[in-house]
Amino acid sequence: MIGVTASALWGHWRRNPLQLFTLLAGLALATALWSGVQAINAEARASYDAAASTLGEAQFDRLVSRDGQPIAQSTYVALRRAGWLVSPVIEGRLGGVRLIGVDPLTAPSRFAPVGLTDGVDLQEFIVDGGRVIVAPDVQLDGALRDASIAPNTAVADIGVAQNLLGRSGEIDAMIVAPVQPLGQPPLDQIAPELRRQVAQDGSDIGRLTDSFHLNLTAFGLLSFAVGIFIVHGAIGLAFEQRRGTVRTLRALGVPLRLLVVLMGAELMGLAVVAGAIGVGCGYLIAGVLLPDVAATLRGLYGADVTGTLQLRPVWWVTGMAVAIGGTAIASTAALWKLSRMPLLAGAQPRALAVLAGRGALLQAGMSVLLLGVAGVLAVTATGVIAGFALLGALLIGAALALPIVLRGLLGLAERRATGVVVEWFWADTRQQLPGLSLALMALLLAMSANVGVSTMVSSFRLTFVAFLDQRLASELYITADGAAQADAMVAYVTPRVAAVLPIMSTQIQVAGRPTDVFGARDHTTYRENWGFLDALPAAWDAVHLGRSVLINEQLSRGASLRVGDDVTIDGQSLQIAGIYGDYGNPIGQAIIAEPLFQTIFPDITALQFGFRLQQENVAGLVADLQTDLGFSSDALIDQAAIKAISLGIFDRTFTVTAALNVLTLAVAGFAILMSLLTLTAMRVPQLAPAWAMGFTRARLGRLELLRTVMLAVLTGALALPLGLALAWVLLAVVNVAAFGWRLPMYLFPWDYARLGMFAVIAAGLAALWPALRLARTPPSDLLKVFSNER
Amino acid sequence: MLLDVRDVQKTFDTSDGPFAVLRGINLHLDGGQSLALTGESGSGKSTLLHLIGGLDVPDHGQIVIDGADIAAMDDTGRATLRRGGVGVVFQQFNLIPSLTIAANIAFQARLAGRYDPAWVDTLANRLGLSAQLGKYPEQISGGQQQRVAIARTLAPRPRLILADEPTGNLDETTAANVMDVLLELVAETGAGLLMVTHSTALAARLGRRLHLRAGCIA
Repeated sequence: MIGVTASALWGHWRRNPLQLFTLLAGLALATALWSGVQAINAEARASYDAAASTLGEAQFDRLVSRDGQPIAQSTYVALRRAGWLVSPVIEGRLGGVRLIGVDPLTAPSRFAPVGLTDGVDLQEFIVDGGRVIVAPDVQLDGALRDASIAPNTAVADIGVAQNLLGRSGEIDAMIVAPVQPLGQPPLDQIAPELRRQVAQDGSDIGRLTDSFHLNLTAFGLLSFAVGIFIVHGAIGLAFEQRRGTVRTLRALGVPLRLLVVLMGAELMGLAVVAGAIGVGCGYLIAGVLLPDVAATLRGLYGADVTGTLQLRPVWWVTGMAVAIGGTAIASTAALWKLSRMPLLAGAQPRALAVLAGRGALLQAGMSVLLLGVAGVLAVTATGVIAGFALLGALLIGAALALPIVLRGLLGLAERRATGVVVEWFWADTRQQLPGLSLALMALLLAMSANVGVSTMVSSFRLTFVAFLDQRLASELYITADGAAQADAMVAYVTPRVAAVLPIMSTQIQVAGRPTDVFGARDHTTYRENWGFLDALPAAWDAVHLGRSVLINEQLSRGASLRVGDDVTIDGQSLQIAGIYGDYGNPIGQAIIAEPLFQTIFPDITALQFGFRLQQENVAGLVADLQTDLGFSSDALIDQAAIKAISLGIFDRTFTVTAALNVLTLAVAGFAILMSLLTLTAMRVPQLAPAWAMGFTRARLGRLELLRTVMLAVLTGALALPLGLALAWVLLAVVNVAAFGWRLPMYLFPWDYARLGMFAVIAAGLAALWPALRLARTPPSDLLKVFSNER
Repeated sequence: MLLDVRDVQKTFDTSDGPFAVLRGINLHLDGGQSLALTGESGSGKSTLLHLIGGLDVPDHGQIVIDGADIAAMDDTGRATLRRGGVGVVFQQFNLIPSLTIAANIAFQARLAGRYDPAWVDTLANRLGLSAQLGKYPEQISGGQQQRVAIARTLAPRPRLILADEPTGNLDETTAANVMDVLLELVAETGAGLLMVTHSTALAARLGRRLHLRAGCIA
């Protein structure tokens, strides 16, 4: 009985291959976008884990010099003699590869390069010219490859690394073992030039990049939601079309439970097939996008992520689970309706009456409820999760409201129509709406996501460009090797430039948060270029009087500090005179007057400088500094170059979201195409009477095309306010929670008009084929509609 | 006795309140006999047929087929009965659109575990369907679809055949041909036939006739 029943049920797909294709393709696309994003996330996280285990970044405290200069090897020896259990580390770049030198004999056990615990001969590792352990992506002859080493990284004994980097006798930091002997002298007594940097401070890559990955995940989820709308539509249609078959099978004695089980199993089988295809496509998408993501993470956060993809179980298993789970969600309603269907229920498909009666009321109720939740969250949401809950409630609530709003608009148009053809057109469009509503919801989501994300990105870019102009006001920036070179350079350039602006900074704890403190020279450059989000009158005057401090938005939001509050900088209480935007910086920042900085941090000397001079004189000064003082080109960066680099990094940051936007819009276009194609067969009986009454087939085809384009225009018009609301949530809620700063929101009408045009073209193209098919329907097919009326 | 219907009552809830469709029906039928059930629209003919076929359950009374009371059966029991004991020919044919004509004819016999290829071939020949076996239902005419429905019903050799206006959708000539074949085959198999019809001419071709009026046998 099972075999013959299954054959009768599943034969439906043989007779309706397009519907099967829609279901499989919708689910595969949804899974592909989701698992593609997850593959990228999994790859990046694996890279962070490797980095953490290579360097122990998140596990061990470190000793670093207060002025950022290398530490003398003698300081290390002094600390060891005083009983401090520390291990030296040196870091540098060699041919683009990050080289880390460690001392395996003193390193804490969990810090040692992983390869060392796996059979590498210690003698072979530590001798001069010894073995280097590298990440799989590093090409180095004779090196031992280890997958657990962070991408683009090589690890060697510290002596080997010092030689390779040409920095004999220097170390960059010391790793502090978690357990230290009792009674050891304090750090200040032995090495006052060092400070202890606690583990898990603001430089923790994993925490920094979480928000980036959260954004990717959110867009993956949105794309998946659009795909699930397609799947839901395809399953609903397939079930509706098989009502007659189900009724007949039950009348012939097939138990209802068996039918439910078989149809459930059928869907799960399809989900597995589509999931496998989707995971495969996701792998390809991730492979294409990963190099850009890797570049973004490296540029924005300094995190090394491998540019090649590995087949990790974590994402393909979740990809399959999401495909099966998504199918289960999309089919629950249909299976539930099937299990409750009376045996003598009407066999005619009711797909076009889905919105009638209680269904429409329930949908309207759900929509109002979700939009209400979104309204409450808009006022109260503060965290990232609440922000995304707000996004979800807003988008789903609006999607559910779409058919109801469109029905109202079409009803209004129908009432105002004057001619009989126009009246019929509106009435017929309203009748088509339930069959197209899922595809239109997908289009609404895709378009609003595009509007929202493009508004956010463009607002971000506009603000960021202004921010760069503010921050990079100096025409030339230079970095000296040491204090002597800095003094010589300042003396050399002072007669040739309008101003020398030293950049001196140190990282300390302010209001319990890691904060970079800067000392600013009193110069018009700052007064003229520095914009504030909030400030007291004459804020710079107050700062240069040594009474006040300026802080960035991150510190203000993180520590709940406002203008006028007092804050302590290394024991010195100062009033906050202004709060400034600081985009792209993950940690706090504070600016005090240069003299005050030198008083509080006397050991720190400026090694970086900005010079104000005429732009046309920059090239000449650069050449002279290289010739006369021996500066390398790496040490000299002009303002235009920095801006180009910064904008380059920024633009790559959003390559991935832009790609996801395009894919999401493509999926929505596909949804419209498939909905129209599956509805075409059902349209013939509806259009045959109109044909019989004098419409030509060509005119019917044109009207079908016009109908779809018109619905896309209406959906686009509704997507615009929804997209702007989405942008507001991203900028004012999610961004603040994830990054710690709020961006101003700008509007870009031309961008929206262009997007609307693309969406209408996509919908028109999707409608073209079904309309052509309809226009070419043979008269014999149209006549069958009447000949079947016996 | 093949079929014994005792004091069967059925009421439906409507927007105007409860509506008694059947008000104490009694009838019986033996194997090899045929019975026509006539009556006006809404008199309860189809409802009674659905109850006897195990497609619905009565509110009161007994429907005994081959000694088993189907009113007391659960859904699984009634499904088992429909698979093999009772065959129903519907007015709307109710063929399975995804299966070929051959698969449709064999379908119920295979469900019941009584598939006899020779008998199915005989049915196809007798009903003039041999040339249509590879086609799908939508590719054949209404008269041919009804023949397929009859062949499907007879394929598992049910003891009781219920027919609900089996020729209601066919023209006069085709209807007469279909009835000829149906009655011949029923006679050959020794099954009982209970047929609902509006047609007095068709009713006259069956062994007995009962007329239903307002839920009662007139």
